[in-house]
Amino acid sequence: MEFKDYYEILGVPRDASADDIKRAYRKLARKYHPDVSKEADAEAKFKELGEAYEVLKDPEKRKAYDQFGKDWKAGQDFRPPPGWDEGFEFRRPGGPGQRAGGAGPGEFSDFFEELFGGMGRQAGGGDFTFRQRGSMRGEDHHARVMIGLRDAYEGTSRTITMRVPEMSADGRVTSREKTVRVSIPKGVTEGQRIRLAGQGAPGVGGGPPGDLFLEVGFEPHPFFSADGRNVMLELPVTPWEAALGAKVTAPTLGGAVDLRIPAGSQSGRKMRLKGRGLPGKPAGDQIVTLKIETPPAETESAKALYQRMRDELPMNPRRKLGV
Amino acid sequence: MTPRDLQALAGELLDETLELDLEAFCQLCHVEHALVVEMVTEGVIDPAGEAEPEWRFTGIEVRRAQIALRLTRELDVNLPGAALALDLLEEIELLRRRLG
Repeated sequence: MEFKDYYEILGVPRDASADDIKRAYRKLARKYHPDVSKEADAEAKFKELGEAYEVLKDPEKRKAYDQFGKDWKAGQDFRPPPGWDEGFEFRRPGGPGQRAGGAGPGEFSDFFEELFGGMGRQAGGGDFTFRQRGSMRGEDHHARVMIGLRDAYEGTSRTITMRVPEMSADGRVTSREKTVRVSIPKGVTEGQRIRLAGQGAPGVGGGPPGDLFLEVGFEPHPFFSADGRNVMLELPVTPWEAALGAKVTAPTLGGAVDLRIPAGSQSGRKMRLKGRGLPGKPAGDQIVTLKIETPPAETESAKALYQRMRDELPMNPRRKLGV
Repeated sequence: MTPRDLQALAGELLDETLELDLEAFCQLCHVEHALVVEMVTEGVIDPAGEAEPEWRFTGIEVRRAQIALRLTRELDVNLPGAALALDLLEEIELLRRRLG
């Protein structure tokens, strides 16, 4: 079991005041909250912060934790010495969903559960709600699943591995890995949620299990992006295709299609390929934005051609800027 | 058994075509009726329909309500604060998409 340095996690010194700890937690929690943050590891980081705050905000837990001293470093192999918690009376957190960081039982690290997770060894101060409230519905779980745009177009499945709480015979809450495979329907859009009834945390005392909510995220695509069901593409064209008009081939998620570029097109012109976006009722469109790419003037003949254009096609593209 | 051998579970897609009445919405989000009314009043969610019995909630309301509930519980913001955060988050998301 790896030692966790809760002070390091919150970025506070070991003699930090309760106010300093609260301020540090609040600041980091806003930064890493999974519904706010775009950081890749936000969920894990947020849970780690919640765990650190759960210990350091509680004077009893903090005092007990502090006896391990500053000689312990994060990641070091750790076993608490026998009787380390004598003289302390820990209060379990208020119940599922009420811990800092929103983590339920079994969602904190093994380190936390080993030190503070035992229900059986509590003296009279223990108030763990599993016992008091009898049957209780399991907590909902939320997770994010990343798929490609092509997966969203065609539908796919993903395997999700979660840690779920489990209660041992001696009343200790531990966690185990649970793996589920989930169908992701075609036409799903970014940010939509999929509800898997009964796949959340198990219920307690005969209570029903919670649900699992998966939020869909899109992996970046080399040239497509999505806006709802519409698919966006920047399509490079040559100056003569734009000026004279042309029939060009454009990629779509459903395969390449012919696209007619009207004569006199400029860079930035948007064209709509109706129904070529993500499927749905109605299906999205593909929005093509033209981007004129000029050939390099690397040879003498290319330079001569550009010079001829300069002389024969005089224009001031900055006219609208007043210069 | 490898993960690929697992039977794929088909979940319920909470999209804009979903239509929940107030009771079903309360059950899905595990909230009391009064809290839903408060969320509507504070602008966290905006169901279709005028009066409560006519309210219909889509996946958009489910998502906004779930995020608001997590923000109130985990960051100690109140419902008006959560509504503001949600609106700003959606605006950031829109601007990010426009930037490509």
